[in-house]
This record gives sequence, structure tokens and C-alpha cells, in this order.
Amino acid sequence: MLNQLEQLAQKALAELNAIADSKSLTGWHIQYLGKKGEITLMLRRVGELPREERPAFGKRANELKRELEAAHDRRAAEIKAQEMEKAFAENALDVTLPGRPVRRGHLHPSTQVLRRIYQIWAEMGFQVYRARDVETDEYNFQLLNIPPHHPAREMQDTFYTTTDGVLLRTHTSPGQIHAMHEYAPDPVRIILPGMCYRHEQITARSEIQFHQVEGLAIGRNIRMTDLKGTLTAFAQRLFGENKPTRFRASYFPFTEPSAEMDVQCIICGGKGCKTCKYTGWLEILGCGMVHPTVLRNGGYDPEIYTGFAFGMGPERITMLKHGIEDIRYFWGNDLRFLRQF
Amino acid sequence: MKVPLSWLKDFVDIEMSVPELAEMMTMAGMEVTHIDYIGLPESDLPWDREKLVLGHILRVEQHPNADKLVLATVDIGADEPETVVTGAPNLFPYIGQGDISALGLKSPFVMEGATVYDGHAKVPGKKMKLKGRAIRGIMNRHMLCSEKELGISDEHEGIMLMESDAAPGTPLVDILGDAVLEFDVLPNIARTTSILGVAREIAALTGKKLRYPDFTIEPTGKPLADRLTIETTVPELNPRFVGVLIEGIEIKPSPYWMQLRLRLAGMRPINNIVDVSNYVMLEIGQPNHAFDWDVLQARAAEYSDDGKVRIITRLAEPGEKVRTLDDEVREMPPSAVMVTDPKSALSIAGIMGGMESEVQPTSKNILIESAAWNFINIRQTATALKLHSEAGYRFSRGVHPAQAMLGALRAAKLIHELAGGVISADMVDNYPLPPETITLEISTADVTRLLGIELDRDTIRGYLEGLEFVCEPVGDDGLRVTVPDHRLDISADPVIGRADLVEEIVRMYGYDKIPHTELTDALPPQRNNPKLEWEMTLQDLLVDVGMQEIITYRLTTPEAEARLIPNGEPLDDSQYVALVNPSTADRRVMRRSLLNSVLEIAAANSRFTDELALFEVSAVFLPTENDVLPIEQTRAAMVLSGPRAPHNWQDGDAAPADFFDMKGIIESVLDGLHLPEVSYRPVEHPTFYPGRVAEVVSGKTVLGVLGQLHPQVVAAYELPEDTAVLAADLNVETLISLASDSYRVAPVPRFPAVQQDIAVVVDESVTAAELEAVIRKAGGFLLADVRLFDIYRGEQIGAGKKSMAYNLWFQAPDKTLNDKVVAKQQNKIVKALEKQLGAKLRS
Repeated sequence: MLNQLEQLAQKALAELNAIADSKSLTGWHIQYLGKKGEITLMLRRVGELPREERPAFGKRANELKRELEAAHDRRAAEIKAQEMEKAFAENALDVTLPGRPVRRGHLHPSTQVLRRIYQIWAEMGFQVYRARDVETDEYNFQLLNIPPHHPAREMQDTFYTTTDGVLLRTHTSPGQIHAMHEYAPDPVRIILPGMCYRHEQITARSEIQFHQVEGLAIGRNIRMTDLKGTLTAFAQRLFGENKPTRFRASYFPFTEPSAEMDVQCIICGGKGCKTCKYTGWLEILGCGMVHPTVLRNGGYDPEIYTGFAFGMGPERITMLKHGIEDIRYFWGNDLRFLRQF
Repeated sequence: MKVPLSWLKDFVDIEMSVPELAEMMTMAGMEVTHIDYIGLPESDLPWDREKLVLGHILRVEQHPNADKLVLATVDIGADEPETVVTGAPNLFPYIGQGDISALGLKSPFVMEGATVYDGHAKVPGKKMKLKGRAIRGIMNRHMLCSEKELGISDEHEGIMLMESDAAPGTPLVDILGDAVLEFDVLPNIARTTSILGVAREIAALTGKKLRYPDFTIEPTGKPLADRLTIETTVPELNPRFVGVLIEGIEIKPSPYWMQLRLRLAGMRPINNIVDVSNYVMLEIGQPNHAFDWDVLQARAAEYSDDGKVRIITRLAEPGEKVRTLDDEVREMPPSAVMVTDPKSALSIAGIMGGMESEVQPTSKNILIESAAWNFINIRQTATALKLHSEAGYRFSRGVHPAQAMLGALRAAKLIHELAGGVISADMVDNYPLPPETITLEISTADVTRLLGIELDRDTIRGYLEGLEFVCEPVGDDGLRVTVPDHRLDISADPVIGRADLVEEIVRMYGYDKIPHTELTDALPPQRNNPKLEWEMTLQDLLVDVGMQEIITYRLTTPEAEARLIPNGEPLDDSQYVALVNPSTADRRVMRRSLLNSVLEIAAANSRFTDELALFEVSAVFLPTENDVLPIEQTRAAMVLSGPRAPHNWQDGDAAPADFFDMKGIIESVLDGLHLPEVSYRPVEHPTFYPGRVAEVVSGKTVLGVLGQLHPQVVAAYELPEDTAVLAADLNVETLISLASDSYRVAPVPRFPAVQQDIAVVVDESVTAAELEAVIRKAGGFLLADVRLFDIYRGEQIGAGKKSMAYNLWFQAPDKTLNDKVVAKQQNKIVKALEKQLGAKLRS
């Protein structure tokens, strides 16, 4: 009977090696090792043997059974691996097909640059102060040292409303006066973002409305060296570390001395190109020490307090950074433009 | 302001290159925007030193074969003179006069092989290389040329005929090579609207000495005082008026050098008298005017017994008209100051002369007016008249009254030189209001306080004296500074004047040399800005749910906004902040509606995409009776249209967005802002599709409206009509007042929830909000959540009815609920629904 068993085991092993799928493998297991499997049944027949042969048979029979189980498990692992390989091959995707689109919203480019500006200035202790769009002549001009018919008014073509003395602000500077009135005699460190309006033709280069961000610092010990250091730090964070800047004399009625800050052209690196009009420099912001008249009008004694102020155009900055040549894109809001930001 | 380098060099030595000069001017507040090189190597047309030389015209003969051509014999410094064929009309007068070398007629001589501009080309800037060719049988290798051909100006009437001391054959570039620097004149630097003014700045910046023009005259004529009186009735507007008479002049073209300088500076030469007037204005910055004295005298004969000319300056009379020298009759604004005689107005002071008393080619005697006017007043008048002249340009920026005398002297001198005549023995100088001399004090500490740098007194003094301030030491570290009489921009206020001086000091020191420091001053109290912070959160929440932010024009028209109402009439302009001077008709009022702006952009984009999901958070402007300024209210407007999910190559949710997509967005955003007790109520609103519009409410406060647009509104905006267009308009200020960042957070449940489903049949009129309210109330605290998962209508449940199916979650904070408790709660809910809403449990 032992021989019979050995032969059966040999046959089972031979069949096992020929099996190539998990279904046949399950069948094989049932056929030989299942409850009514051939090996199992043969083992049960141990009682038919003479008593003295039983231990040897039992021992060998169990060995064979374990070997067959082990061989089965090995074969099962092999088949599973093969089947997985096959599935992988069948399930491969064209990974270059487009992803399933997710509708993503974007902030308008002006909002994005405004937020970047807020962030940089916040880290230098400048907080956002906003004021109204529709203003009085007094706040937009007179308190800022621009009397009626002053030549400085020519620098800002103004939209006037049908209400006498009421206009659309031409800059966010009236907010400087509002803030000073609110905070005097505390020191001030604010930026003033907002929409401004100028009586212009709408062209690729000029708009009737645009954002401006002004800044104002007032204290007992604020000097032109601080203005240069602070604005250079800002420009280098926005346009790149080590980006050269220069300050040159200019004129604004509400500051004295006044300056323009230029940043080395971000397009040509200072060699001279169309964008920088071959000067190597880009005009980025106007600035200066707050004019004594403005300090006075804001409630600060110019013999005790000094300050600096600056102003810049976020749309211009965005145009320079991204090579945009038409300012009308901003309020045109064509999705093919907006979605690129 | 255009500044020819050659002219500048009359007054100051310049050793640096032109780009260096431009850079220095730019840094000191005179931003050079353009440099025009003439003949120099940097020019677009550099003049060949060998082939472009000065020629001396010796003889002019008629071309034997052509009436309209002449042969000019020209000495170019070689052994033999050259002959050229030319059609220049300005050589015709010299035909057959034989040897005219004594006339000293010089002209640029262009040799074969040299490149010049093509004077006949239609396209400007086209160049040509000169080649010899026979003209009507006579070989011609060279040419005499015009300013246009050399790139000096557009002048192309005949050839250039100039006077020059240089020897024939001298390279032309050494004589006429030049650079014209153009720079922007900022309002505080009006003193640089003259060549001398610019030279003064350059002298101060480079430490060179300024050379003044020659103001000396020989007044050999008869006295003027007994023939002319000048009266100024408003001295504040006309603080000074100087008159000087030159008798027996001859009007003719001015010499070439003067014509050239005027052209380079952007003015057109007319005749010697007009040219001198303009030349003096450009040179020293004092506009002046030449009257025909004989016209003034003829008028005086009508109003004066003794024949004395009386000039009176006064404000214009109401409706007063004057014919200006450009032959236009102009009505004067009330601000206009007139130069008049007792008969009538002669000219508009400081802006433009009158036609009648203008200098004529036959004029013999000339009265020069050199006066001072109030710059604010001149600007006001020039703006009102829309009349912009070179004189007005300067006077409206401010010319110091001291300059008036210099202008009279310089004009008299140059007229005498170029037009002959005798200068009156005296001048009539009516100077009723000399400005006060301004004296200020400044110390080294003042400079340090504003600039942050330490400069010693001598350095400061050097800078100021370079600009002709007179300085005198005071105390240990102070200076008493007297402002020179060409400046009006330095304030007499001791504090402001000091700031004005500091600006001069830092311009001379160099802005670029100021070191950089970090702010060390006290940090102000730090404050939150909840409005901005919440607005940013709102923008972020909308972007998170796939909405694109836009920023639109805040200017619109009442007609545009009327489209929000079917058959709507535009509101009256008085309901708007309206502009008096819009720059375009479609932007003439400040908007009342943000939704209109957003719909316009949606419509524009709908021409190329059907996926529209846009929003804007921005202001509207609502006039109020209590204030001249409007209420500026921040709103959020949204529009949504097109497929729910973006177009896709696979199966996606291509169903069009409807009311509930828009509502989902609003719900999500309000949830993000943690608004309390949000609900939605049916409402009537003309902009929306009736029955598909809801008021958004938090507690009892209405936040705004959301819905599907009315088909007529969709049509009015030309939005897509084949799919629903959803919109919402919320008051952001109300939203923010209810938003909270201090909401409570519930603990994560420790015991499992038991889920049960129920479906009830109710009348169509019963709303989801009513059902949910009853379920929640009856479910009590054990009912953790309710979610509608199906609505069914059909024959099975009968007409006018609907089946609403809900998932209910029951949960206790302290134990696992058993089936009995759950069944009891559920039963309560069903009973309440039956009783309160007539619902029937669907088995």
C-alpha cells in the first residue's frame, strides 16, 4: 500500500507541475488533498494494514502529504504571480491621456499681486488701510498740497462728478489723510490699496481705472535712508534678491524730497530693450519724504514728525513680470487670459 | 523741453559724453526721455568726415539746358572748386551775379559716396548713397543739401544757406554735429524751461561756472516814458510789466544759426523779430511779446489827447472777445487777464498775442512786452481756453518777476543786432508787486533729521551756492539762505522752505549715494482689518468651489444696468454718481449693480466657451441724501452656466448646471464663513425666473438673492439661451457682520450611529425645508443628521403628490442605541409628519 501511496504522490506531483491556472490548482487540491481526495482516502485506509506496518506507513504518509501541500503552496504562489503579471499587462493605461479635469477657480491677477504686496509689507509691519473711491477735491488734492489750478493737477487728469467738489480719486493718497486723522499722534505704518481713476482714453497703454498701492510711514525718527532701505528690501523681495535698484530725483506735490525708484530691467537685465526703452531700468514706484504741509494737514507737527510715502501700480508690476503688453486685458476678463494665472 | 547740446554749451562747459549728461540730468530730476543725435557717430545718419564738408558758394550760373536748374561753383578747401547741379530755388537770386564769394554763402557739401537721407522719399528715414550722374548733359558728382537730407529737421525748401567762420572743407560734423536732449519738466522744476535754466543745473551738478548771456544794451534812442504809460489794475495777477521800444528796425529772416536753434528746440522760424522773441523765451525762460508800435500809436490817437500810448492790464470783461494772432476770435473766461489800451484788448496776457497789433513784415517800430503773471491764473485761463502756447506753458509753471527785466534787455539787444534800429533811452518798468526776498535758516541737524546722512556746513553751503542761493553762516552749524530771484518753488514758510532746501541738497549730493537703513522707529499699534480679512476668505472660498474671480469696470451706464429688469427703464442719472467729463459714453456713471458688471463679462466670454463660473467681490456706489459722497457698499456677484463638470474625453457629468448648483456654491461658501441659521426663502425678483429664485437669509437678516436668470434678462445680455444661467448677488458687508471665527466644534462621536431610511408621501406644496424642520424637531437630540436622498413622483403615489425619502442617523453621546429606542424616535417623526404636514409613510 505504501507503494501505491508513493506512486499516487508521484502522479499528483507530476500533475501539479503541469497546472497553469488557479482554478485547475483548486481542482487538483480537491482531487488529492480534499476531504474526499485520493491521498486523504488512502490515509484513512491505514487500518487495513497489519498493526506493525501502521507506524511506518503513517509517518511516510504524513511526510508525503506535507510535501504535496508545500508543493501546492509553491505552485499556487507561482501561478498567482503569473496571473498578476498577465493582469498588469492587460490593465496597462495610456498614462498620456489627459487627467479628468477639475474645475479650478483662480484669483484675478491683480488680486494675486495685491496679496503678494500685502504679505511683503505685513512682514515689515505695514498694515492695510482702505478708503473710498468717490472722494472730495479737498481730500484728493487740497489737503495733499495740490491747490486748485496748481500745475501738479495736470499730472492727473480727473473724473469729476455732477456733485460740486466730488470726484473719483486719482490716487489712493486721500487715504493717507484719512489714516492720519484716525491715528494721530500714533506712529503710522500702512499700505493703501485701491482702485483709482483717471480721465484717459482706453488704449493698450492707458486705462480709466487701475489699482494703486501706496504706503505711508510716520514717526519721530524716519529718514530718507529708511525710505531707501525699506523700498529696496520690498523691490528685491518682489523682483528678486540682488536686483539692483536706483533712486532718482522726481516731483510729487505731497512729498519732498521726492524720488522715483527704478529696478534694473527684469526683461533684459539692464542691457537695454524695448520694455525699458533702452535705459536698462524700469520705473516701479514713486516715493519721497512726506511733505510738511501734508503732515500738518494730517495732524502731525512736521517739526517733530517725519515720514515717507510711496506708490506703485500692481497692474504695471504684473505686466512687467509676465510680459503683458495690453493693459486692457485686466478688466476685459477674458478667461483665456485669466486662466493663465 | 528740447535742449540742443550746442546751445547749452554757450552757458556751461560740458566735458562728459551725451549719455553721461542724460544720466546725470535724469538722476537730478530732469528725466531725459529721448536723445536726437545730429550727424554725430551715435546718430542714425553719422556724417562722413571726409565726404560731408562745409562748402563756400563762389558763383551761381544758369544750367545751359534747363530753366529750373543752376550750376553752383563751390570752394571746398581743395585746389580747385567743384561744380554741382542743383534745382534749389534759394540759389536762383544769385544767378549771373558773377563772383559772390564776398557774400559768405556757406552750405553743406555732400560728395559722391556719402550717405544722406532721401529728401524726396515718402517714407521718412530712407537713406541713399550719393552717386554721380549726368543731369541734362552735365556730369554731377556731388550735391548741396537741405536740413532734411542731413537729418537736422524736416526743412526741405531749397538748400541750407548758412553763415560760418569755419574754413571751406571743414568736416560738417564739427560745425553742426549736435545732440538734442528732450526731458520732462516736472512742476517743481519750472526754472528749467530754458536753456540757461538747464545750464545752471548742470553747472551746479558738475561744479562748473555758469556763463550768462549778454544783457548789455546801448539805449541811444528817444525816451519812452513820455510816450507810454503802463497800468496794472490787478497786481496780484500781473506783478510786473516792462516795456522797451526799438525804432527803425528792418524785418527780414533771422540768421541761419538762430533759425537752426529754434528748429532744434521745436519752434518754427518766422522773421527776425518773432524769432528773437521766441529765442529769448527759450534761452532764458522769459516769454515776451512784440507789438507793432505804430498800431498802438494809431489807436492812441483815437483815445488820447497827447498821443501817449496807455497800456492797461485788467481782468476780462464778461463775454469779452479778442481775435488772437492765429486769426481765431476767442471769448475770454472770467479768469483771463487782458493786455489792453483804452480802446480794447490787445492780447491775452501770458498766453497769446492779438491779431491787430501783431508784428507785420512792414513793421518799423517794435514795443517789447516782458511781464510777469500769476501762474495759477494763467493755467486756469489756458485750460479754460484750451489754448496751449509756449508762453503759456512757461507762465503757467511760474516765471519769477525778476526775469522780466532780463527778458526785455536780452530781446532789445538781439533785435538791435539782427534787425537794426535804436533802443529807447529808457524802459517803462511798472513793478507794483515785487515778491518778497525769501530767507530761510537751515542747520546740519535739519539735513540729518530728514535725510539720515551727516553733511558738514561747508558741503551744504557749496551745494546751495552752486544753485545761486546766497548763504551766510549762523551759529555753529546753521546757514541763513537767501533764495535766488529765478526761483518760485522755495516756500517762505520756515518748515516747508527747509524741506525745499533739503531737496536741493540731496539732488546735488546724489540720491544714489544715500545709504540704505532699516526702519528703527517705534512700531505703531498693530490692528486687525476684519473687513479685508473676511473678503479674502470669501474670495478663497469661491475659488475653492471652482469660481473664477474677475475685476470689472466700476463705471457703466444706467442703460446697461436697466437690462437687469425685463422691459426695464434706466434710472435717472440723479440716482447715480454721474461724471461730468466721462472719457467714453459707455462709462459715465459709477455702478449701482455689481451683477450687471459680472453678467457683461459672462456674455463676452460665452462667445468662446460654455463653461462660465465667475464672481467678483467689489463695490457699488449708492448716492444718499445725507452726504455729498455716496455709500460704497461691497457686494459679491456670481454667475454660473454650462456643464456641471468640465468637458472631458471620458463620461462626465455633462448635465447643465441648474438652480441647485448655484445654491450648492452659496451653501458651501456660507458654511465656510460659519454663518448662523442659514435658510432660503422663495421670493419674487424681476431679474430671475419666477419660482426659481430664493432669498438667502441668515437668522432674520437677508444676505441677498440667488436664482436662475429670467429669460428676458438672458436675452438682454446676449447670454446663452439654450441652458440655464444662474446668478447670485450678496451684500458682503452684511455677510461679514454675521460671519464668525469663534464657532464651537462638536466632539467626534464615541458611539456608533444607527441609520434608518423613511419615505413619506406629501402634497407638492410641502417644501423640503418644512419637512426637514418637522423631522429635526420630532427627532430630538438623538437624531444626529437627516439627508434627503430621493424624490419620486409617479402614478403609484398619485397626482399632486411627491415621495420624499430620507436617511436618518440616530446617535447618543453616551451609549450605543438599541433598536427599541431608535424605533420609538422614528415613530415619533412619522407621527409628527402625518399630523403637521399630512404626510403618509410610504411602505
